[in-house]
Amino acid sequence: MTEATAPLETKSWHRRHILDVDDMSPEEFETIFRTADAMKDVLARPIRKVPALRGQMVVNMFYENSTRTRASFEIAAKNLSADVLNMTASASSVTKGESLTDTIRTLEALGANIIVMRHQLSGAPYLAARHSHAAIVNGGDGWHAHPTQALLDLYTIRERKGTFKGLRAVIVGDIRHSRVAHSNIWGMTRLGMQVTLCAPPTLLPYGLEKAGGMMPEVAVETDLDRAIQGADVVMTLRLQRERQQSGLLPSVGEYIRRYQVNETRLKKAATDALLMHPGPVNEDIELAASAAGGTASTIDRQVENGVAVRMAVLYLISGRQSEL
Amino acid sequence: MKSILIKNGQVIDPARGVNGRYDVAVTNGSITAIGQNLEPGDNHKVIDAAGKIVTPGFIDLHCHLRQPGAEQKETIYSGTRAAARGGFTAVCAMPNTDPAIDDRLSADFIKHTATTEGAVRVLPVGCITRGRRGERLAELGELAEAGVIGFSDDGSSVPSARLLKQAMEYARGLDLPVLEHCEEAGLAEGGQINEGIIATRLGLAGIPAAAEEMIIARDIALASLTGARLHLCHVSTRGGVAIIRQAKAKGVRVTAEVTPHHLTLTEERCLNYDTAAKVNPPLRTPDDVTALIDGINDGTINAIATDHAPHTDNDKCCEFALAPFGISGLETAFGSLMGLVAEGRVELNRIIECLTAAPAGIIGPGHGVTGSLTPGDPADIVILDTAMEWTVDTSQFASRGKNTPLAGEKLTGKVIMTIFGGDIIFRDTE
Ligand SMILES: [Zn+2]
Repeated sequence: MTEATAPLETKSWHRRHILDVDDMSPEEFETIFRTADAMKDVLARPIRKVPALRGQMVVNMFYENSTRTRASFEIAAKNLSADVLNMTASASSVTKGESLTDTIRTLEALGANIIVMRHQLSGAPYLAARHSHAAIVNGGDGWHAHPTQALLDLYTIRERKGTFKGLRAVIVGDIRHSRVAHSNIWGMTRLGMQVTLCAPPTLLPYGLEKAGGMMPEVAVETDLDRAIQGADVVMTLRLQRERQQSGLLPSVGEYIRRYQVNETRLKKAATDALLMHPGPVNEDIELAASAAGGTASTIDRQVENGVAVRMAVLYLISGRQSEL
Repeated sequence: MKSILIKNGQVIDPARGVNGRYDVAVTNGSITAIGQNLEPGDNHKVIDAAGKIVTPGFIDLHCHLRQPGAEQKETIYSGTRAAARGGFTAVCAMPNTDPAIDDRLSADFIKHTATTEGAVRVLPVGCITRGRRGERLAELGELAEAGVIGFSDDGSSVPSARLLKQAMEYARGLDLPVLEHCEEAGLAEGGQINEGIIATRLGLAGIPAAAEEMIIARDIALASLTGARLHLCHVSTRGGVAIIRQAKAKGVRVTAEVTPHHLTLTEERCLNYDTAAKVNPPLRTPDDVTALIDGINDGTINAIATDHAPHTDNDKCCEFALAPFGISGLETAFGSLMGLVAEGRVELNRIIECLTAAPAGIIGPGHGVTGSLTPGDPADIVILDTAMEWTVDTSQFASRGKNTPLAGEKLTGKVIMTIFGGDIIFRDTE
């Protein structure tokens, strides 16, 4: 199975690491999406496996627990016939002395070609990339970035809407601490979408009003009923319980009343609006269960597309781009 | 060679309002004459300083020599040699060592080690509270007898206003200043860089400007109440400068310092998670930098201090949130400040004043530093080349701390000779 399943234009792909989408050009996004299209064709076959990464080792290095993301990367890597090594490190071991750079060198010595890294500290994959011969894929770092999540979200929007230009997205929830939101802000705006952020002021990022080019221009709205008006994409974020404990919210009940996306509120969005969530959903907290299961919801589709997009990313950075 | 005649330099001695072309004669380690066309005596070594600037040796109000306790980062030996390379002939050593300098024995250790191993004068600062724990007063009187130049829990503020009030009352009786690190711990907790758009971009927890400003305001209120001398360390925000300006107008006994890095760098240096630019207080915005420069120019900020905070490469080569705060600043201070002169933002004379007369005035008499070239003073002199271009090569640093965001940068303006007590302790060989 070495024949190409779709006309791929990957000659222009020079990126070795995937650390964020903030520096990606629209052409790079399109290359990833078209490669993901090809991967979806692979996934539709009876044998969902191609030899593209045979003989390569993908290490899932997860410093922070995430069954979903880790499983998605593992399946993606196995579908490409890579050898997969899963490693987890407890949060407590991330202290001075347990050097990340040492770990990276060890993994390289063991033969890692691609290291997928999830880390609770922002910027950790950048440190790894500076010290690594292997390709680094950021599987989510701290409050900073989650590029493959943004790519699969964008891919899902592209699949359902056919275009990005002129679409308006509202991202609802704990944006300050959300790497998913951060990467989506970059990706959506770069591809021509308008973005409105909606959250209680304690969960909004600092400095957006005078971003000075450091972040994309976005609208900010603290009233969800206003923010959601006519939106083409409604993206909800998971609410961490500790936000209430740390005094950022008066109560979860108040959050539900003011910021839960439910069917009533969803009616104020565009009639064909998409409802997205990176999962796992806290049902009936940030998202009403009825809305999550409704026709607008793309949540299952996002999970499905996640495998194809991660296959595309692993394939593109593997340097094996003729063997699909 | 303790007798030197420095010929034809432009002598800048702000303490005495001197700025002109003079010769400086040093005999047996002391300044003996400043004048024109001085003739060398038999035993005088003659140094031609034509085209160069000759000033009093710089005095650093705020540095970390890391000894005792963290000798892998710096020692009194290495730190004072870094000081010499930076043109500093006296450095005030902050007491956040391990153990902290909170009693006579520990202060004596610093002084003794400095005398036997140091290249320049080391003036210890004593703790405000025992072990810097912010619970009980340190042995303030004993520390004063041991010769500390003031008291500080640098690294953190004294958390309790009541305890600080008592410290100020006590320090006033000893006629020594309280040197305060201004950071409200609760507000700053977990913060890595300035709270704002760069923190947002990098997904890092921020330290708001208000964390500094509220302690500045609190401490000024307490200084006003107690009549104590308050010296505010490493001011970094526009709001802080404004509060100090107002307090000075009201006659509160407050002085302030700013670091070269807060005067010349902004938070954008942290992009790419560059831990070399991680410092406390954090690098702020261009607007804050402008306010700090205004504060230097109108005298709201008295002095420039390095807050030299050396760390090993290993300490800094890690995730941003795990990296320690600090910049190794002694050896780049003058060169980086000259950028402000080149841009026309601060006069050279004012920079020199902030590095000499002003810190000497804050330290006060009795500690052997005058910040001046007055005949009779110890011959602590620095010779500067304001036009010399050089590249910051940290492998050449005398400091064990190579941690600077300026590594590899080109600077214009360099210390080319440092004389301490009539001895040439550093000479640029490039
Ligand atoms: Zn400090």
